[in-house]
Amino acid sequence: MSIDIDTARKVAHLARIRVPETDLPKLAEQLSGILTFMEQLNEVNVDGIEPMTSVTPMRLKRRADVVTDGNYPEAVLKNAPDAREGFFAVPKVVE
Amino acid sequence: MSLNKLTIAAARDALKAGEVTSVEITEACLAEIDAAGALNAFCAKTPEIALAQAKAADARIKAGDAPAMCGIPLGIKDLFCTKGVASQAASRILEGFKPEYESTVTQNLWDAGAVMLGKLSMDEFAMGSSNETACYGPVVSPWKVDDRQLTPGGSSGGSAAAVAADLCLAATGTDTGGSIRQPAAFTGIVGIKPTYGRVSRWGVVAFASSLDQAGPMTKSVRDAAIMLSTMASNDAKDSTCADIPVPDFEAALSGDIRGKKIGIPREYRMEGMPAEIEKLWSDGAAMLRDAGAEIVEISLPHTKYALPAYYVIAPAEASSNLARYDGVRYGHRAKLSAGEGIVDMYEKTRAEGFGPEVQRRVMIGTYVLSAGFYDAYYNRARRVRALIKQDFDQAFAAGIDSILTPATPSSAFGLGEMKDADPVEMYLNDVFTVTVNLAGLPGISVPVGLDAKGLPMGLQLIGRPWEEGDLLNQALVLEKAAGFAAKPVKWW
Repeated sequence: MSIDIDTARKVAHLARIRVPETDLPKLAEQLSGILTFMEQLNEVNVDGIEPMTSVTPMRLKRRADVVTDGNYPEAVLKNAPDAREGFFAVPKVVE
Repeated sequence: MSLNKLTIAAARDALKAGEVTSVEITEACLAEIDAAGALNAFCAKTPEIALAQAKAADARIKAGDAPAMCGIPLGIKDLFCTKGVASQAASRILEGFKPEYESTVTQNLWDAGAVMLGKLSMDEFAMGSSNETACYGPVVSPWKVDDRQLTPGGSSGGSAAAVAADLCLAATGTDTGGSIRQPAAFTGIVGIKPTYGRVSRWGVVAFASSLDQAGPMTKSVRDAAIMLSTMASNDAKDSTCADIPVPDFEAALSGDIRGKKIGIPREYRMEGMPAEIEKLWSDGAAMLRDAGAEIVEISLPHTKYALPAYYVIAPAEASSNLARYDGVRYGHRAKLSAGEGIVDMYEKTRAEGFGPEVQRRVMIGTYVLSAGFYDAYYNRARRVRALIKQDFDQAFAAGIDSILTPATPSSAFGLGEMKDADPVEMYLNDVFTVTVNLAGLPGISVPVGLDAKGLPMGLQLIGRPWEEGDLLNQALVLEKAAGFAAKPVKWW
């Protein structure tokens, strides 16, 4: 399956990466190349095989549903490009 | 011998005997690092932290309380979060990020008294096989055989170059598809990717969570055993980190592999494989046979599909993991023009912050996870992954103890030589290593010889899950028999 320019534009938007219109043809070509490579997987008979969810047969660890960490908002906000009054600040989201 | 050239084992013994101090070894490394700017291996230097840790280590050694890694100066891959020290996964999008916490692996090392010399460059977000996608510019291999500059491999290329050039005694690496083993092979050092779940991933910037594992990159197999014992731990902060005891891997190094059954998978004999690699492989098998192992031809029928399955699964997980880089909580945020909103902020931030290879993989991942393609690509790849693991399970069930393969399809190539290549051509570097990540197994790369150009070539041993001790012991025998002692000639 090959990716056309419209699909490349759509995927870029879904991934929230701005791609200039002039770069879309090259991107579509590269993505198509990678997908063609992946298409070898269609040769494999996967009937009755469950998709792997965990590489080790181990059950994920459980613990009591209690607070084990927190209470340091300054540390959480320390690396924010814009933090005000104890919150992350972003451009206006609702009018 | 200059102190920076010591192995961990030799330094440990000399420190314990009082023949040398950690401050002396650390100062020797810091001087070498300052003189090695041409390699571009270190992206952040931490001499103050190093000297303070070295002094503390010396006091601890004097007091008689010295674990094996005490006083050993290390380089740390930029993927590990280190408190108060720049940790940016070689990406512009994490510019200025100084974590408020320490990764479990580095904390384990500091608790044992190890010394941090600084952070080591890598491919951006560990995506690459040549270290050319780093936002700091490419790392240059200390190996040089003509007028070209060579790649140290990737993604742990800074770690490989720094260890091979003796800028540090050892380094941490991470391996998602071969990122410890390929650079180790390219630079003539040892690198082990442990069993998935052996080492905590907490505080290591995530690329593909079901494949990522951290491991040591060292000058010898013994050093890898010593350092892995310290890096590994049980960790409540990583739910995929196994609750099983961490053995003393060095104690497993008996040098006796008599009666071990070592498999040679016929599917790894690739078309167009350089004759030198093929010879290295059969020489390696002969060395293990001479040491008393039984060499058995085996079949891993789904090998061919590992690379395409990997390049569905890894980008899918990456697209999800990298969604967090949105310009809100840390790192880079794009400047906005009047009237631009939050979606513009996300899209511009990520376009400016991610390099081309990371962008490509995030988009491929987004595509294979999108409605309508999820089953055709992502679920199919996970089914194929189950079959790849089943191949290994069957080999081990038939009594195979480990599997010997080449580590890489070639020796190191020149920087820039793959610039115009299709992205898929670069992916082929991982052909012998990705299977191991997909199956969650331990794999180690051991330097075995030089090719006609004078560049290192390595072999890979793949072990049973959780049997790193046994695997390291076989690697030790291979290392001893190969007697690889070549070092890059200093030009930097």
